[in-house]
Amino acid sequence: MTTVRIAGADLTRFGSTPERTGRDLFAEAALGAREAAGISREEFDELTYGNFMGELAERQGHQGPIMAEAAGLDCPATRYEEACASAGVAVRAAVSAIRSGRADVVLAGGMERMTNQETEDTTEFLAIAADELYEVRAGMTFPGAYALMQRAYVQEFGGEREDFAHVAVKNHDHALPNEYAQYRSAITVEDHLDAPMISDPVGLYDSCPITDGAAALVLCSDEYAEEHAIDAPVAITGTGQGGDKMALQDRTHLNRTPATDRAAAEAYADAGITPDDVAAVEVHDCFTVAEVLALESLGFYEPGEAVSAARDGETTKEGSLPVNLSGGLKAKGHPVGATGASQIVEMNRLLTGTHPNSEYVDGGVGVTHNAGGTVASAVVHVLEVVA
Amino acid sequence: MRSKPRDDGYDDLLDAAEAGEAYYLACENGHGSLPPRRSCPHCGSPELSEEPLPESGTVETYTTTQIAAPSFSAKTPYMTAVADFGPVRVTGIVRADPEEISVGMRVGLAVGRNTMTGNRMLTFHPR
Repeated sequence: MTTVRIAGADLTRFGSTPERTGRDLFAEAALGAREAAGISREEFDELTYGNFMGELAERQGHQGPIMAEAAGLDCPATRYEEACASAGVAVRAAVSAIRSGRADVVLAGGMERMTNQETEDTTEFLAIAADELYEVRAGMTFPGAYALMQRAYVQEFGGEREDFAHVAVKNHDHALPNEYAQYRSAITVEDHLDAPMISDPVGLYDSCPITDGAAALVLCSDEYAEEHAIDAPVAITGTGQGGDKMALQDRTHLNRTPATDRAAAEAYADAGITPDDVAAVEVHDCFTVAEVLALESLGFYEPGEAVSAARDGETTKEGSLPVNLSGGLKAKGHPVGATGASQIVEMNRLLTGTHPNSEYVDGGVGVTHNAGGTVASAVVHVLEVVA
Repeated sequence: MRSKPRDDGYDDLLDAAEAGEAYYLACENGHGSLPPRRSCPHCGSPELSEEPLPESGTVETYTTTQIAAPSFSAKTPYMTAVADFGPVRVTGIVRADPEEISVGMRVGLAVGRNTMTGNRMLTFHPR
């Protein structure tokens, strides 16, 4: 099976740019990735693109062809929607297209425009990633859903609000040097504990922000890279996807994420690695408890044991397993339909030594984890320096 | 003005719950789920029967929401819980004082209406 290499990657600065259209945001990332790859437009076989709330935020369905135009391409273009895992599945589709031999060069990415409406409307739009009949009508928002999971976690395994505060403090610290991050400001445990509640026990500083942004990757086959002398030292060597029941109430556990277990097992087997081989991870920390659940499902901790990892310094930049060196969703920002691709762009920078936090990566294997909804969907990718 | 169409299965359950006759769907392998379903979400069996829902459940987890979506913005703070009713779990709005709620609290089921949207939803009441 052919190796899939990252020939170029780029993202927009994440943040609040309500005046910028989705096509403008995606064009910036896509043209940047294309320039980095140095591959001409005729060579692109497909565009795979992630977006979640475009119909609601911009009254724009059928975004694939629009984004192909924006990227300067003339090729089949498909939008993938899997809530906050939309770009993760878009990248996975690109990997599959290249491995199957159908495509040699694919542009994969995602975009979300979220700050052009009132926060409460964005909250309503995000809520449709939950079950409308049985969750949304009972007042469940996304902070509320993760609050239900956090309380169930603490009820069974223990953990203090301070433990969760350390996750947020760590990710803000990691974002400080990252020029693409929405928040480049340090916070303290006290800031976290003093912040207002959104949905008890999830407070303001447990939550990722509302973000505009886009990310894009040019992926190509090993053969194409060799034939065209393309410098692409990092490959996506493993991909996995897992699913679970849509509504929390139908899950076996309210405090575990088996969709991630399944995605990780598939991705690790695909790449032929184990969690012990991993030097850095980008996980889907839409809320602080989400990072804890992800680290357990990815096999770095047993259930109930990851809650103190940030507090104990294990997942900080100087720890044994640095987690979210980009700043994560918490501080880098979370334009939902772009996030999964942006994690891979950041991991590619980390592994190639071009990220300001690259010095903390001790090894050549990185893992990215992108989750949809309350982890009814999960996508895991393994990236490796293959020279 | 055309009235809002029913949501088959879901509105049937709410009608039954209003009459004090809430039910769940049981499959031949003993799994429970709430309607609408044409197959069991746990094993895929299409053989589903309506069985009476236990009269009370136990709160497994809950949250008090301060910042809501527009459809609940006039209702804050409000409490949402997931309660264990034996064969199924149910998500609902808790009609209780915030000091009263706890994990393990026994609750009964009823039907409420969100006056902002007109939507009905399941509610929990301390028992």
